[in-house]
Amino acid sequence: MGVEMLGYIERPSPVHRLTGTTKLIGFLLWTTATMFTYDTRVLLLLGLASIGLFLVSRIRFREVRFVLVFTALFVLINAFAVYLFEPEQGVVIYGTRHVLWEGIGRFTLTAEQLFYLFNLILKYSVIVPVAVLFLVTTHPTEFASSLNRIGVPYKVAFAVSLALRYIPDVQQDFRTIADAQEARGVTVTHGPLLKRAKHSLNILLPLLFTSLERIETVSNAMDLRGFGAERKRTWYNQRPMTRADYLAIGLVLLLTIFSFSVTFYDGSRFYNPF
Amino acid sequence: MNTFTTKQIVATGVGAAVFIILSRFAAIPTGVPNTSIETSYAFLAFMAILFGPVTAGLIGLIGHALKDAILYGSPWWSWVIVSGFVGFGIGLVARRINIEAGGLTTKGILLFNATQAIVQAIGWILIAPVLDILIYAEPANKVFVQGAVAATSNILTVGVIGTLLLVAYANTRSKAGSLKREA
Repeated sequence: MGVEMLGYIERPSPVHRLTGTTKLIGFLLWTTATMFTYDTRVLLLLGLASIGLFLVSRIRFREVRFVLVFTALFVLINAFAVYLFEPEQGVVIYGTRHVLWEGIGRFTLTAEQLFYLFNLILKYSVIVPVAVLFLVTTHPTEFASSLNRIGVPYKVAFAVSLALRYIPDVQQDFRTIADAQEARGVTVTHGPLLKRAKHSLNILLPLLFTSLERIETVSNAMDLRGFGAERKRTWYNQRPMTRADYLAIGLVLLLTIFSFSVTFYDGSRFYNPF
Repeated sequence: MNTFTTKQIVATGVGAAVFIILSRFAAIPTGVPNTSIETSYAFLAFMAILFGPVTAGLIGLIGHALKDAILYGSPWWSWVIVSGFVGFGIGLVARRINIEAGGLTTKGILLFNATQAIVQAIGWILIAPVLDILIYAEPANKVFVQGAVAATSNILTVGVIGTLLLVAYANTRSKAGSLKREA
Protein backbone atom coordinates (compact mmCIF):
# COMPACT_ATOMS: atom_id res chain seq x y z
CA MET A 1 0.00 0.00 0.00
CA GLY A 2 2.93 2.24 -0.57
CA VAL A 3 3.50 3.09 3.06
CA GLU A 4 6.90 2.23 4.31
CA MET A 5 7.60 0.76 7.70
CA LEU A 6 10.87 -0.07 9.31
CA GLY A 7 11.91 -3.66 9.11
CA TYR A 8 14.97 -5.87 9.27
CA ILE A 9 17.64 -5.10 6.65
CA GLU A 10 20.17 -7.86 6.03
CA ARG A 11 23.78 -6.72 5.69
CA PRO A 12 27.20 -7.99 6.67
CA SER A 13 28.32 -5.56 9.37
CA PRO A 14 29.76 -5.65 12.88
CA VAL A 15 26.49 -4.27 14.26
CA HIS A 16 24.50 -7.08 12.64
CA ARG A 17 26.87 -9.68 14.03
CA LEU A 18 26.22 -8.64 17.62
CA THR A 19 23.56 -10.73 19.33
CA GLY A 20 20.07 -9.33 19.72
CA THR A 21 20.55 -9.31 23.48
CA THR A 22 23.54 -7.00 23.21
CA LYS A 23 21.65 -4.62 20.96
CA LEU A 24 18.60 -4.64 23.22
CA ILE A 25 20.69 -3.87 26.31
CA GLY A 26 22.55 -1.19 24.39
CA PHE A 27 19.33 0.37 23.17
CA LEU A 28 17.78 0.39 26.64
CA LEU A 29 20.89 1.90 28.27
CA TRP A 30 21.10 4.51 25.55
CA THR A 31 17.41 5.41 25.98
CA THR A 32 17.82 5.71 29.74
CA ALA A 33 20.84 7.95 29.34
CA THR A 34 19.07 10.32 26.94
CA MET A 35 15.93 10.29 29.05
CA PHE A 36 17.72 11.57 32.14
CA THR A 37 20.24 13.97 30.75
CA TYR A 38 19.60 17.47 29.52
CA ASP A 39 23.28 18.29 29.40
CA THR A 40 24.14 19.68 25.97
CA ARG A 41 27.63 18.20 25.99
CA VAL A 42 26.38 14.71 26.84
CA LEU A 43 23.61 14.93 24.26
CA LEU A 44 26.09 15.99 21.58
CA LEU A 45 28.43 13.14 22.50
CA LEU A 46 25.61 10.59 22.44
CA GLY A 47 24.39 12.01 19.14
CA LEU A 48 27.83 11.79 17.52
CA ALA A 49 28.33 8.27 18.85
CA SER A 50 25.00 7.14 17.42
CA ILE A 51 25.82 8.61 14.02
CA GLY A 52 29.16 6.80 14.20
CA LEU A 53 27.38 3.52 14.93
CA PHE A 54 25.07 4.18 12.03
CA LEU A 55 28.03 4.46 9.66
CA VAL A 56 29.55 1.23 10.99
CA SER A 57 26.28 -0.64 10.40
CA ARG A 58 26.46 0.01 6.63
CA ILE A 59 22.75 0.86 6.59
CA ARG A 60 22.26 3.50 3.94
CA PHE A 61 20.62 6.78 4.83
CA ARG A 62 18.01 6.55 2.09
CA GLU A 63 16.81 3.17 3.37
CA VAL A 64 15.51 4.79 6.53
CA ARG A 65 15.03 8.33 5.27
CA PHE A 66 11.22 8.29 5.51
CA VAL A 67 11.33 7.65 9.25
CA LEU A 68 13.91 10.33 9.85
CA VAL A 69 11.91 12.90 7.87
CA PHE A 70 8.75 11.92 9.77
CA THR A 71 10.47 12.29 13.11
CA ALA A 72 12.25 15.52 12.23
CA LEU A 73 8.92 17.06 11.27
CA PHE A 74 7.33 15.87 14.49
CA VAL A 75 10.15 17.17 16.67
CA LEU A 76 10.16 20.57 14.97
CA ILE A 77 6.38 21.00 15.28
CA ASN A 78 6.68 19.99 18.92
CA ALA A 79 9.41 22.56 19.58
CA PHE A 80 7.28 25.20 17.88
CA ALA A 81 4.30 24.29 20.07
CA VAL A 82 6.50 24.58 23.16
CA TYR A 83 7.49 28.09 22.07
CA LEU A 84 3.88 29.12 21.45
CA PHE A 85 2.78 27.96 24.86
CA GLU A 86 5.73 29.19 26.91
CA PRO A 87 8.06 31.61 25.10
CA GLU A 88 10.20 32.02 28.21
CA GLN A 89 10.49 28.43 29.47
CA GLY A 90 14.25 28.68 28.93
CA VAL A 91 14.44 31.73 31.18
CA VAL A 92 12.73 29.74 33.93
CA ILE A 93 15.13 26.84 33.54
CA TYR A 94 18.41 28.69 33.22
CA GLY A 95 17.57 31.51 35.62
CA THR A 96 18.92 34.37 33.50
CA ARG A 97 17.40 36.44 30.75
CA HIS A 98 19.31 37.63 27.67
CA VAL A 99 16.80 39.28 25.36
CA LEU A 100 17.72 39.08 21.71
CA TRP A 101 14.53 40.65 20.42
CA GLU A 102 11.59 42.06 22.36
CA GLY A 103 9.19 40.59 19.82
CA ILE A 104 5.43 41.02 19.81
CA GLY A 105 3.58 40.93 23.09
CA ARG A 106 4.61 37.84 25.08
CA PHE A 107 6.51 36.35 22.17
CA THR A 108 9.98 37.50 23.04
CA LEU A 109 13.16 35.91 21.81
CA THR A 110 15.75 35.12 24.46
CA ALA A 111 19.07 33.33 24.20
CA GLU A 112 17.93 31.00 26.99
CA GLN A 113 14.80 29.98 25.10
CA LEU A 114 16.74 29.29 21.91
CA PHE A 115 19.24 27.22 23.85
CA TYR A 116 16.47 25.32 25.62
CA LEU A 117 14.67 24.57 22.34
CA PHE A 118 17.96 23.46 20.80
CA ASN A 119 18.44 21.06 23.70
CA LEU A 120 14.86 19.83 23.46
CA ILE A 121 15.26 19.04 19.76
CA LEU A 122 18.62 17.42 20.42
CA LYS A 123 17.21 15.30 23.24
CA TYR A 124 14.39 14.01 21.06
CA SER A 125 16.69 13.39 18.09
CA VAL A 126 19.78 11.67 19.52
CA ILE A 127 17.92 8.49 20.34
CA VAL A 128 16.50 8.10 16.85
CA PRO A 129 19.57 6.75 14.99
CA VAL A 130 20.16 4.16 17.73
CA ALA A 131 16.52 3.10 17.84
CA VAL A 132 16.32 2.83 14.05
CA LEU A 133 19.55 0.90 14.01
CA PHE A 134 18.31 -1.48 16.68
CA LEU A 135 15.20 -2.15 14.63
CA VAL A 136 16.78 -2.69 11.24
CA THR A 137 19.71 -4.80 12.44
CA THR A 138 17.86 -7.18 14.78
CA HIS A 139 15.96 -10.05 13.24
CA PRO A 140 12.40 -10.17 14.66
CA THR A 141 12.71 -13.75 15.83
CA GLU A 142 15.95 -13.00 17.61
CA PHE A 143 14.31 -9.99 19.24
CA ALA A 144 11.91 -12.23 21.18
CA SER A 145 14.70 -14.43 22.49
CA SER A 146 16.62 -11.32 23.55
CA LEU A 147 13.67 -9.99 25.53
CA ASN A 148 13.44 -13.32 27.28
CA ARG A 149 17.14 -13.31 28.01
CA ILE A 150 17.07 -9.98 29.82
CA GLY A 151 14.30 -11.24 32.08
CA VAL A 152 10.99 -10.65 30.28
CA PRO A 153 8.77 -13.76 30.81
CA TYR A 154 8.90 -15.89 27.68
CA LYS A 155 5.17 -15.74 27.19
CA VAL A 156 5.31 -11.97 26.92
CA ALA A 157 8.38 -12.17 24.69
CA PHE A 158 6.49 -14.58 22.46
CA ALA A 159 3.57 -12.14 22.25
CA VAL A 160 5.96 -9.46 20.98
CA SER A 161 7.29 -11.81 18.35
CA LEU A 162 3.72 -12.71 17.32
CA ALA A 163 2.92 -9.01 16.97
CA LEU A 164 5.87 -8.49 14.63
CA ARG A 165 4.93 -11.62 12.72
CA TYR A 166 1.29 -10.59 12.18
CA ILE A 167 1.69 -6.89 11.31
CA PRO A 168 1.92 -7.61 7.53
CA ASP A 169 -1.00 -10.06 7.66
CA VAL A 170 -3.25 -7.66 9.54
CA GLN A 171 -2.22 -4.90 7.17
CA GLN A 172 -3.30 -7.13 4.27
CA ASP A 173 -6.64 -7.87 5.96
CA PHE A 174 -7.16 -4.18 6.56
CA ARG A 175 -6.39 -3.34 2.93
CA THR A 176 -8.77 -5.99 1.63
CA ILE A 177 -11.62 -4.85 3.86
CA ALA A 178 -11.04 -1.15 3.14
CA ASP A 179 -10.98 -1.83 -0.62
CA ALA A 180 -14.14 -3.90 -0.46
CA GLN A 181 -15.95 -1.17 1.48
CA GLU A 182 -14.70 1.51 -0.88
CA ALA A 183 -16.07 -0.44 -3.80
CA ARG A 184 -19.45 -0.14 -2.08
CA GLY A 185 -18.97 3.59 -1.67
CA VAL A 186 -18.05 3.46 2.01
CA THR A 187 -14.87 5.41 2.61
CA VAL A 188 -13.01 6.77 5.60
CA THR A 189 -10.70 9.04 3.64
CA HIS A 190 -13.30 11.49 2.29
CA GLY A 191 -16.43 13.26 3.44
CA PRO A 192 -17.57 14.92 6.65
CA LEU A 193 -15.99 13.87 9.92
CA LEU A 194 -19.04 12.20 11.43
CA LYS A 195 -19.69 10.17 8.33
CA ARG A 196 -16.10 9.00 8.25
CA ALA A 197 -16.26 8.03 11.91
CA LYS A 198 -19.42 6.05 11.18
CA HIS A 199 -17.85 4.41 8.14
CA SER A 200 -14.80 3.39 10.15
CA LEU A 201 -17.06 0.90 11.92
CA ASN A 202 -17.59 -0.85 8.58
CA ILE A 203 -13.87 -1.56 8.52
CA LEU A 204 -13.35 -2.12 12.24
CA LEU A 205 -16.03 -4.77 12.67
CA PRO A 206 -14.89 -7.16 9.91
CA LEU A 207 -11.27 -6.63 10.97
CA LEU A 208 -12.23 -7.40 14.54
CA PHE A 209 -13.96 -10.66 13.68
CA THR A 210 -11.21 -11.75 11.30
CA SER A 211 -8.65 -11.09 14.02
CA LEU A 212 -10.62 -12.95 16.67
CA GLU A 213 -10.83 -15.90 14.32
CA ARG A 214 -7.10 -15.67 13.73
CA ILE A 215 -6.45 -15.61 17.47
CA GLU A 216 -8.58 -18.73 17.83
CA THR A 217 -6.73 -20.60 15.06
CA VAL A 218 -3.24 -19.64 16.14
CA SER A 219 -3.78 -20.33 19.82
CA ASN A 220 -5.31 -23.73 19.03
CA ALA A 221 -2.32 -24.58 16.85
CA MET A 222 0.05 -23.54 19.63
CA ASP A 223 -1.87 -25.48 22.27
CA LEU A 224 -1.80 -28.59 20.08
CA ARG A 225 1.97 -28.29 19.89
CA GLY A 226 2.17 -28.05 23.66
CA PHE A 227 3.09 -24.38 23.94
CA GLY A 228 3.47 -23.19 27.50
CA ALA A 229 3.76 -26.64 29.05
CA GLU A 230 7.16 -25.89 30.56
CA ARG A 231 8.33 -23.02 32.71
CA LYS A 232 11.17 -22.25 30.36
CA ARG A 233 11.74 -22.54 26.67
CA THR A 234 14.67 -22.50 24.31
CA TRP A 235 14.97 -20.28 21.27
CA TYR A 236 16.04 -21.49 17.86
CA ASN A 237 17.51 -18.09 17.03
CA GLN A 238 19.44 -17.51 20.21
CA ARG A 239 23.15 -17.08 19.56
CA PRO A 240 25.90 -17.41 22.16
CA MET A 241 27.52 -14.18 23.40
CA THR A 242 30.96 -13.50 21.98
CA ARG A 243 33.84 -11.25 23.04
CA ALA A 244 32.55 -8.52 20.73
CA ASP A 245 29.22 -8.60 22.56
CA TYR A 246 30.74 -8.15 26.00
CA LEU A 247 32.96 -5.42 24.61
CA ALA A 248 29.98 -3.59 23.08
CA ILE A 249 27.93 -3.83 26.28
CA GLY A 250 30.92 -2.62 28.27
CA LEU A 251 31.37 0.39 25.99
CA VAL A 252 27.72 1.42 26.13
CA LEU A 253 27.75 0.94 29.90
CA LEU A 254 30.79 3.22 30.18
CA LEU A 255 29.08 5.79 27.99
CA THR A 256 25.97 5.64 30.17
CA ILE A 257 27.92 5.99 33.42
CA PHE A 258 29.90 8.85 31.90
CA SER A 259 26.74 10.62 30.80
CA PHE A 260 25.15 10.21 34.21
CA SER A 261 28.17 11.52 36.05
CA VAL A 262 28.60 14.54 33.76
CA THR A 263 24.88 15.24 34.00
CA PHE A 264 24.57 15.09 37.75
CA TYR A 265 27.97 16.14 39.11
CA ASP A 266 26.78 19.70 39.74
CA GLY A 267 23.31 18.71 40.92
CA SER A 268 21.44 19.90 37.84
CA ARG A 269 20.61 17.95 34.72
CA PHE A 270 20.89 21.11 32.61
CA TYR A 271 24.15 22.44 31.25
CA ASN A 272 24.08 26.18 31.89
CA PRO A 273 26.42 28.28 29.74
CA PHE A 274 24.83 31.55 30.86
CA MET B 1 2.58 -16.10 34.73
CA ASN B 2 0.88 -19.50 34.74
CA THR B 3 -2.55 -17.94 34.47
CA PHE B 4 -1.52 -16.34 31.20
CA THR B 5 -3.18 -18.74 28.75
CA THR B 6 -2.08 -19.44 25.19
CA LYS B 7 -5.15 -17.67 23.94
CA GLN B 8 -4.28 -14.54 25.89
CA ILE B 9 -0.73 -14.62 24.57
CA VAL B 10 -1.93 -14.85 20.99
CA ALA B 11 -4.57 -12.19 21.66
CA THR B 12 -1.79 -9.94 22.93
CA GLY B 13 0.35 -10.50 19.83
CA VAL B 14 -2.36 -10.24 17.19
CA GLY B 15 -4.07 -7.47 19.18
CA ALA B 16 -0.88 -5.43 19.22
CA ALA B 17 -0.57 -5.91 15.44
CA VAL B 18 -4.15 -4.70 14.91
CA PHE B 19 -3.52 -1.76 17.25
CA ILE B 20 -0.50 -0.76 15.16
CA ILE B 21 -2.33 -1.03 11.84
CA LEU B 22 -5.34 0.91 13.13
CA SER B 23 -3.26 3.72 14.57
CA ARG B 24 -1.37 3.97 11.31
CA PHE B 25 -4.17 3.64 8.77
CA ALA B 26 -7.49 4.16 10.55
CA ALA B 27 -6.88 7.36 12.48
CA ILE B 28 -9.26 10.04 11.23
CA PRO B 29 -7.84 13.58 11.42
CA THR B 30 -10.22 16.06 13.07
CA GLY B 31 -8.73 19.24 11.71
CA VAL B 32 -7.26 20.19 15.09
CA PRO B 33 -3.48 19.76 14.74
CA ASN B 34 -2.06 16.54 16.21
CA THR B 35 -5.51 15.33 17.19
CA SER B 36 -7.33 12.57 15.41
CA ILE B 37 -10.04 10.05 16.13
CA GLU B 38 -7.86 7.16 17.24
CA THR B 39 -9.93 4.10 16.41
CA SER B 40 -7.08 2.03 17.85
CA TYR B 41 -8.17 2.98 21.37
CA ALA B 42 -11.73 1.83 20.69
CA PHE B 43 -10.20 -1.49 19.67
CA LEU B 44 -7.98 -1.53 22.77
CA ALA B 45 -11.01 -0.95 25.02
CA PHE B 46 -12.86 -3.75 23.26
CA MET B 47 -9.99 -6.18 23.76
CA ALA B 48 -9.82 -5.11 27.41
CA ILE B 49 -13.41 -6.18 27.98
CA LEU B 50 -12.92 -9.40 26.02
CA PHE B 51 -9.57 -10.56 27.41
CA GLY B 52 -9.05 -8.70 30.69
CA PRO B 53 -6.48 -6.32 32.17
CA VAL B 54 -3.17 -8.17 31.62
CA THR B 55 -3.76 -8.86 27.93
CA ALA B 56 -5.07 -5.36 27.19
CA GLY B 57 -2.33 -3.69 29.21
CA LEU B 58 0.27 -5.57 27.19
CA ILE B 59 -1.50 -4.79 23.90
CA GLY B 60 -1.29 -1.11 24.83
CA LEU B 61 2.38 -1.28 25.82
CA ILE B 62 3.63 -3.51 23.01
CA GLY B 63 1.36 -2.03 20.34
CA HIS B 64 2.22 1.56 21.13
CA ALA B 65 5.96 0.96 21.60
CA LEU B 66 6.25 -0.99 18.34
CA LYS B 67 4.09 1.53 16.47
CA ASP B 68 6.31 4.40 17.58
CA ALA B 69 9.45 2.42 16.82
CA ILE B 70 8.34 1.33 13.36
CA LEU B 71 6.90 4.68 12.31
CA TYR B 72 8.92 7.30 14.17
CA GLY B 73 12.06 5.35 14.84
CA SER B 74 11.82 5.62 18.60
CA PRO B 75 9.20 4.90 21.28
CA TRP B 76 7.70 7.88 23.12
CA TRP B 77 7.87 6.22 26.53
CA SER B 78 5.69 8.67 28.44
CA TRP B 79 2.74 7.99 26.15
CA VAL B 80 3.48 4.29 25.70
CA ILE B 81 3.09 3.80 29.44
CA VAL B 82 -0.29 5.55 29.35
CA SER B 83 -1.55 3.25 26.58
CA GLY B 84 -0.66 0.27 28.75
CA PHE B 85 -2.35 1.89 31.72
CA VAL B 86 -5.53 2.58 29.73
CA GLY B 87 -5.77 -1.03 28.50
CA PHE B 88 -5.13 -2.41 31.97
CA GLY B 89 -7.54 -0.03 33.68
CA ILE B 90 -10.47 -0.73 31.37
CA GLY B 91 -9.75 -4.45 31.60
CA LEU B 92 -10.37 -4.38 35.33
CA VAL B 93 -14.14 -4.38 34.78
CA ALA B 94 -14.04 -7.20 32.20
CA ARG B 95 -15.21 -9.80 34.70
CA ARG B 96 -18.12 -7.69 35.89
CA ILE B 97 -19.37 -7.11 32.37
CA ASN B 98 -18.74 -10.73 31.32
CA ILE B 99 -19.64 -10.24 27.69
CA GLU B 100 -19.10 -13.88 26.67
CA ALA B 101 -21.88 -15.26 28.86
CA GLY B 102 -24.26 -12.53 29.76
CA GLY B 103 -24.53 -10.39 26.69
CA LEU B 104 -24.39 -6.67 27.19
CA THR B 105 -26.86 -4.97 29.51
CA THR B 106 -27.46 -1.23 29.78
CA LYS B 107 -25.76 -1.42 33.16
CA GLY B 108 -22.76 -3.06 31.53
CA ILE B 109 -22.54 -0.30 28.92
CA LEU B 110 -22.71 2.37 31.61
CA LEU B 111 -20.06 0.64 33.70
CA PHE B 112 -17.79 0.31 30.64
CA ASN B 113 -18.14 3.99 29.77
CA ALA B 114 -17.71 5.27 33.30
CA THR B 115 -14.55 3.18 33.66
CA GLN B 116 -13.03 4.16 30.34
CA ALA B 117 -13.72 7.85 30.98
CA ILE B 118 -12.10 7.77 34.43
CA VAL B 119 -9.12 5.66 33.36
CA GLN B 120 -8.42 7.74 30.27
CA ALA B 121 -8.82 11.02 32.13
CA ILE B 122 -6.22 9.90 34.67
CA GLY B 123 -3.95 8.58 31.93
CA TRP B 124 -3.99 11.45 29.46
CA ILE B 125 -4.52 14.42 31.79
CA LEU B 126 -2.36 13.28 34.69
CA ILE B 127 0.21 10.59 33.89
CA ALA B 128 1.26 11.58 30.36
CA PRO B 129 1.82 15.29 31.06
CA VAL B 130 3.64 14.66 34.34
CA LEU B 131 5.99 12.21 32.61
CA ASP B 132 6.55 14.72 29.79
CA ILE B 133 7.50 17.36 32.33
CA LEU B 134 9.79 15.02 34.25
CA ILE B 135 11.54 13.56 31.21
CA TYR B 136 11.52 16.37 28.67
CA ALA B 137 11.08 19.47 30.89
CA GLU B 138 8.34 20.69 28.59
CA PRO B 139 6.21 23.64 29.75
CA ALA B 140 3.33 22.57 31.99
CA ASN B 141 0.55 24.44 30.21
CA LYS B 142 1.51 22.92 26.85
CA VAL B 143 1.51 19.30 28.01
CA PHE B 144 -1.68 19.70 30.02
CA VAL B 145 -3.53 21.22 27.07
CA GLN B 146 -2.22 18.37 24.90
CA GLY B 147 -3.35 15.85 27.51
CA ALA B 148 -6.80 17.38 27.83
CA VAL B 149 -7.31 17.34 24.06
CA ALA B 150 -6.15 13.72 23.83
CA ALA B 151 -8.40 12.75 26.73
CA THR B 152 -11.49 14.38 25.24
CA SER B 153 -11.02 12.89 21.81
CA ASN B 154 -10.11 9.42 23.06
CA ILE B 155 -12.92 9.26 25.62
CA LEU B 156 -15.41 10.21 22.90
CA THR B 157 -13.91 7.71 20.45
CA VAL B 158 -14.01 4.83 22.91
CA GLY B 159 -17.42 5.91 24.15
CA VAL B 160 -19.00 5.82 20.69
CA ILE B 161 -17.00 3.38 18.57
CA GLY B 162 -15.89 1.16 21.47
CA THR B 163 -19.44 0.78 22.74
CA LEU B 164 -20.74 -0.02 19.26
CA LEU B 165 -18.04 -2.68 18.83
CA LEU B 166 -19.06 -4.29 22.12
CA VAL B 167 -22.74 -4.24 21.20
CA ALA B 168 -22.05 -5.76 17.79
CA TYR B 169 -19.93 -8.46 19.37
CA ALA B 170 -22.45 -9.22 22.12
CA ASN B 171 -25.13 -9.75 19.47
CA THR B 172 -23.12 -12.62 17.99
CA ARG B 173 -22.96 -14.46 21.34
CA SER B 174 -25.83 -16.53 22.60
CA LYS B 175 -26.90 -15.57 26.09
CA ALA B 176 -26.60 -18.05 28.93
CA GLY B 177 -29.93 -19.78 29.43
CA SER B 178 -31.22 -18.81 26.02
CA LEU B 179 -32.10 -22.39 25.07
CA LYS B 180 -35.69 -23.46 25.67
CA ARG B 181 -37.03 -26.97 25.75
CA GLU B 182 -39.54 -27.50 23.00
CA ALA B 183 -42.95 -28.39 24.14
